[in-house]
Amino acid sequence: MTDPRTDSPASGATNDVVLRMSGISKRFGPVQALSDVSFNVRNGTVHALCGENGAGKSTLMKILAGVHQPDDGSIELNGVPCRFNVPGDAIVAGISMIYQELDLAEDLTVAENVFLGAEPRGSLPFTIDRRAITAKTAELAAQYGFNVKPDELVGKLATGDCQIVEVLKALRRQASIIVMDEPTSSLSEAEAKRLFGVVRQLRARGLAVVYISHRLEEVTGLADDISVLRDGKVVRSARAAEMDIPSIVRHMVGRELNEFFPQKDATVGGVRVQVKNLSSAEGVRNVSFNIRAGEIVGMAGLMGAGRTEVARALFGAQPKTSGEIRLDDAPLDIESPGDAIHHGIALLTEDRKRTGLCLELPCFCNVTLPNLDVLGMRFLLRPAQEAAVAQKVGSQMNVKWSSPRAPANSLSGGNQQKLLVARWILAESRFMIFDEPTRGIDVGAKREIYALLNELAKQGKAILFISSELPELFGVADRILVMRRGELAGDLVTRDTNPDAVMHLAAVP
Amino acid sequence: MNRLIRQLLPFASLLLVVIILSAWKPAQFLSMANVSNVLRRSSVNAIIGLGMTSIIISGGIDLSAGSMLALAGMAGAWVMLKMGGDSPTPPQMLVGTVVGTLAGGACGLLNGLAITQLKLPPFIVTLGTMSAFRGISYVMNDGEPYNVPEYVFLGNGEILGMPASVAIAAVIVVFAILMLRYTPLGRYTYAIGSNREASFHAGVNVNWNLTVIYTLAGLLVGFAAMIATSRTISAQPTAGYNLELDVIAAVVIGGASLNGGRGTILGTIIGTLLIGFLRNGCTLVGIRTEVQLIVIGAIIIIAVAVDQMARLRAK
Repeated sequence: MTDPRTDSPASGATNDVVLRMSGISKRFGPVQALSDVSFNVRNGTVHALCGENGAGKSTLMKILAGVHQPDDGSIELNGVPCRFNVPGDAIVAGISMIYQELDLAEDLTVAENVFLGAEPRGSLPFTIDRRAITAKTAELAAQYGFNVKPDELVGKLATGDCQIVEVLKALRRQASIIVMDEPTSSLSEAEAKRLFGVVRQLRARGLAVVYISHRLEEVTGLADDISVLRDGKVVRSARAAEMDIPSIVRHMVGRELNEFFPQKDATVGGVRVQVKNLSSAEGVRNVSFNIRAGEIVGMAGLMGAGRTEVARALFGAQPKTSGEIRLDDAPLDIESPGDAIHHGIALLTEDRKRTGLCLELPCFCNVTLPNLDVLGMRFLLRPAQEAAVAQKVGSQMNVKWSSPRAPANSLSGGNQQKLLVARWILAESRFMIFDEPTRGIDVGAKREIYALLNELAKQGKAILFISSELPELFGVADRILVMRRGELAGDLVTRDTNPDAVMHLAAVP
Repeated sequence: MNRLIRQLLPFASLLLVVIILSAWKPAQFLSMANVSNVLRRSSVNAIIGLGMTSIIISGGIDLSAGSMLALAGMAGAWVMLKMGGDSPTPPQMLVGTVVGTLAGGACGLLNGLAITQLKLPPFIVTLGTMSAFRGISYVMNDGEPYNVPEYVFLGNGEILGMPASVAIAAVIVVFAILMLRYTPLGRYTYAIGSNREASFHAGVNVNWNLTVIYTLAGLLVGFAAMIATSRTISAQPTAGYNLELDVIAAVVIGGASLNGGRGTILGTIIGTLLIGFLRNGCTLVGIRTEVQLIVIGAIIIIAVAVDQMARLRAK
């Protein structure tokens, strides 16, 4: 799979280089986001761009897309110097971006999205030739072997299909370079696999793909070349064959991560959480499991298997229709998140921006929001004391903020996640549910989250850890529950099983 | 620093308007009667603006405030006349005032319940009740006002040498500031407006809090309606026509975001006074009412545009 040619892509000596970015520098106020970055992409290859959050990946790609202009440096496409003043320039030049948050109009069909802004005219003035866009979209999809219906509304598609629509859009624009930013972060394993197939297809057709991902297994499996950014500089750029995951991580964080997953040192106690025959209106059916004090129980499953729905039923966000939830042997009646919190259950939702944080509010408000009762502020708030409490929990957890009074949106993704954990630590929750806590945060922050899970387990909390990334489940969880179509398909002891067995349970009907 | 300038901007504009008017028409503008008249007029808008601010911070809107004012005023005056005939006694007028206030509260409760229980957007619900409340206030006395010639205290009386309505409004303003800053209800108002889903997942009883916010806002409209009734010593079914627009404008000029999560009582008060003095100034220098509408409209757009620019630069 890897190209045997040995010249370093950083030197860019060969003439098959389609994109050559040289000496790019960019400063935002006091922050030097990029300094003297050179980045070359060869024709018909996948070039992975790795780096922690804030390393400069997004800035570099935004310069390529014409969103930002570099302070210094040059961009050459096929040897021709270019300058992209607006995003439209880059698109015309054949560069298409597929952002993490997809740019699709949900109420339009696949074909309408693919041709958005470039609709062929109909025979009457001011009309669109709808038949032509449908036919052309179908043709394009068939050409690449994508299985999408041009007439389907995009809003009805799964995330994986939406990405394919984005790819079609790029192909319709006759892109020669496609940049994918964290494309798999919201995909199930199966959808991700299909996307890898799509990427390989694109490569086989001679397109260049710049692939940004935090999931390093993907990167090493897919890329021909890998560049690692750290603090706005390229610290390594080489053929994929010359790099492995530990070396990528080392370059990303600038130090050796001896053990990516922390050593487990929690002692597992008695049964803390008992769930019996849990069912909900969102499709959870007869799910039963136990979690002991100090135990981290992972939950695997494909997208739509009902993992988040189990969490929502336990937390009262979508109350159960039948079944029983016991915490420390006491049966609980949970009708709302308020009830759940009162009984000592916490949920870290999977989408911290949409369902987790009040981004405009100060950090301390986000920490104390569910805890006003606990803090004795049921009737009267004492903001100064709230800030002090938040400061204390925050510094325990090493949250990086200018002050607890800074708005939550001034924090990085990993720190925002810690803010939410701080909230539940303050609530002294006994049973904590983490739904995809490491999604979209960088390697260093992930490691801190794992350490935190371990620490919480050590304090005797029962932890349910939902994740789509099997390696982290295997690295952190004592047991792994496998969900399939709303039902529990397996309850496995981690050290007695393997990823293949889990995937088998998750996928086979 | 930027944030400070942004918050001071409405205040600076208010000061500017006052200074210009003082220099231009010192005799008329600076007269005690004129200033107290502006304050009296503004006190009704300010009291309604307090509820509107909370609603807008929570991510909602209340288009029905003007109609609600008419309905509540009619209800209060009707009770006075029903109980005391043509000359109700002070206790009867007090009962009428309480009933009018509660009528506003009931209207607010209705808005709140429709929004939370039928899960409808506040814009739609209050667009509907705007029409319905207005209709009810016409139906009550076949389109005729209720005259209460002796009901003068709230609108025209004095407390410690200050116009009564202004003094009362000032007290309510202080309570509103404390409510938003120092009570869980206030915190939840900001949280729900900032991110409703996140607030729900933090255990906030979103529906309950929203219902309370709309009900409190309704009570404030009801009370303001009684002040307005007392000012004109009659309750008119046409009262408060387009009032909600002035109030929403004041809230927005004061820096609140219609997307929710942001806004302050102080900003709303400054916005209310700004509009009050602008209107007054326009009248003093002889600008017709129709043209005043154009001026106010331009001010709203300029205020929000400037605010937005400052916000973008801060990022």
